[in-house]
Amino acid sequence: MSADTVVAFSAAIVGGALRVGVPFLFVSLGECLTEKSGRINLGLEGVLVLSAMAGFGGSYLTGSPWAGVALAACAGAALALLHGVLCSLRRVNDVATGIALMLLGTGLAFYLGKPLIQPQAMQLAPIALGGWSASIVVQAALQINPLLPLGVLLAIAMRWAFVQTRWGLLVRLAGDSASATRALGYSVNGIRIAATVAGGAIAGLGGASLTLFYPGSWNEGISSGQGLIAVALVIFARWSPLRCVGAALLFGGAGAIGPALQSVGVSQGYYLFSAVPYVLTLIILVISCRPGSVAIGSPGELSSTR
Amino acid sequence: MRQKLAEALLPVGALAAALLLFGVFVWLGGASPVETWEILFKGAFGDWFSWQNTLQRAAPLMLTALCVAVPARAGLIIIGGEGAVVLGGLAAAALPYAIPLPANAIGTTFVCLAGMVVGALWIMIAGALRQYRGVNETISSLLLAYTAIALFKQFVEGPLRDPATLNKPSTRSLVEGLRIGGIAGSDVHWGLVFGVVACLLIGVWLAYTASGFSVRVVGGNPRTAQLVGLPATRLILAACAIGGACAGLAGAVEVAAVHTNANAALIAGYGYAGILVAFIARQSPIAIIPVAILFGGFGAAGSLLQRRLGLPDASVQVLQGIAFVLILASEALRGIAWQAVLPKLGKRPGPPAPIAVAEQLA
Repeated sequence: MSADTVVAFSAAIVGGALRVGVPFLFVSLGECLTEKSGRINLGLEGVLVLSAMAGFGGSYLTGSPWAGVALAACAGAALALLHGVLCSLRRVNDVATGIALMLLGTGLAFYLGKPLIQPQAMQLAPIALGGWSASIVVQAALQINPLLPLGVLLAIAMRWAFVQTRWGLLVRLAGDSASATRALGYSVNGIRIAATVAGGAIAGLGGASLTLFYPGSWNEGISSGQGLIAVALVIFARWSPLRCVGAALLFGGAGAIGPALQSVGVSQGYYLFSAVPYVLTLIILVISCRPGSVAIGSPGELSSTR
Repeated sequence: MRQKLAEALLPVGALAAALLLFGVFVWLGGASPVETWEILFKGAFGDWFSWQNTLQRAAPLMLTALCVAVPARAGLIIIGGEGAVVLGGLAAAALPYAIPLPANAIGTTFVCLAGMVVGALWIMIAGALRQYRGVNETISSLLLAYTAIALFKQFVEGPLRDPATLNKPSTRSLVEGLRIGGIAGSDVHWGLVFGVVACLLIGVWLAYTASGFSVRVVGGNPRTAQLVGLPATRLILAACAIGGACAGLAGAVEVAAVHTNANAALIAGYGYAGILVAFIARQSPIAIIPVAILFGGFGAAGSLLQRRLGLPDASVQVLQGIAFVLILASEALRGIAWQAVLPKLGKRPGPPAPIAVAEQLA
């Protein structure tokens, strides 16, 4: 392996981590917020696909990619609202509802997005951070998604809000003890619906970055389970928004191994490398879960960890 | 008895409401709802040709729904049946590479067994991870499904690829004698019989045998199961194995009866549709049979909707999604004493749609 190949390979991994990691980041932040309030939203997969379509459609129709981003967040919030309200009904299980919304969200997205498969939409303009390097490969790898800094800021803001603000404490309260929340005179369902909707809007930004930055087009195979991996990512990040950033970038990097190898001429086992994120998630779950005990940092009311 | 009837009517009401909402949905898109319903019915059950198509699709749905329902009775929500389907199909197509098979019914049995064994082992991983490591089985089974699909593609485009297939990478086709044919010369293959028999056998097993009862105890109340000393882990793994074997069989039958080899067409979402079927059947193996036929029918009508009304091919998926959401929402109405609630309900403005429909039918 020559020095150039090493540079090209590592640039492809870093660049891939930064590109592929962004949807992971937003979806895991959205899931983190939802789970902090005591509900699990498996429907974020549907949210991601629907908002990816909405973002692309919004950008295509208005010509402004940021209008697309806004529309994606709204679409995500709308589907998440349905999840929040359904789960507030008696005897409605949040895991089953999540599966239903996964089906409904992808179905709606494919139905409404049928005319959007051919056209091109205005893309988000990248932020070039690679100016310091003479290498074109490095420059190309450091074309940053403008939503990435937003996501990092959001993670910091969420971390601050959970510790410092009344709203953040209320969300955590609803997640840790429904009865304590009721005793203090707050509506558990109200808090959870609000957290689910906000989480859906955040996940919607992840959908927008799929169709408006990378890969940058709308098709029916746009998501490969990022919405579900997010659930595992949040467990891995132990329900901390800041650790979600690291986890998302790690997963982006893992997903970039296959394409990176291909870029330096190794095309053997392409599909096996595409499975790396899933296997990595499984390994992480196996390491971080323990039978009969609750994971550290997990909200007490969460059904997935009990 | 009256209570039971009312409870059975809930899913029917929710399905009717779903069809109604779907009509509104296509109407918003400019299509005629009445025509849509008509085509849905005709495309699914209109004539013998549609019936054949419907039953052909219902067969794998019954088996993949069992992959959700059996673990569900043991208390696990497994949604990765798709993984067992594709690996089952792959195993069925790969078996002739490994050992020479007689080209007759015995060989076909071995092909199906290969699919069942691989499917059972794959779903058992999710059960074992939960029992021994406390990993949430819903998430792990889905991750396993994505991994299975990657493995499938790797094998079909790599070591098992038939060099003669250029555009559509496939494994070598099963020889004529190993394939599963139609029943009495029709397009409906024997997979339907496998599906129905599996549903009936598992239904009887769960309802009337000691081990089936133990599985239900483990699923219904783990604490009780522990107190009476049931081997919970073994029962849960058995439930996963049976469910996985059914989904693996679905894959094997799809290969042996429909595609004749393993290729990407096998990844058709039967595993995911099976989740819906199982939930609508309320995880009852017997109820899976009619529900699978109904949703097989919707699937069959999908292409007709596309041709006649120009609706996107995802319209059936939208209908499935709406139906799933309403079925779950209708759970909230279960066990309500309607005699007491009905007079009060009239005074409130605008009850939500599923309530209204359930009332009419009840």
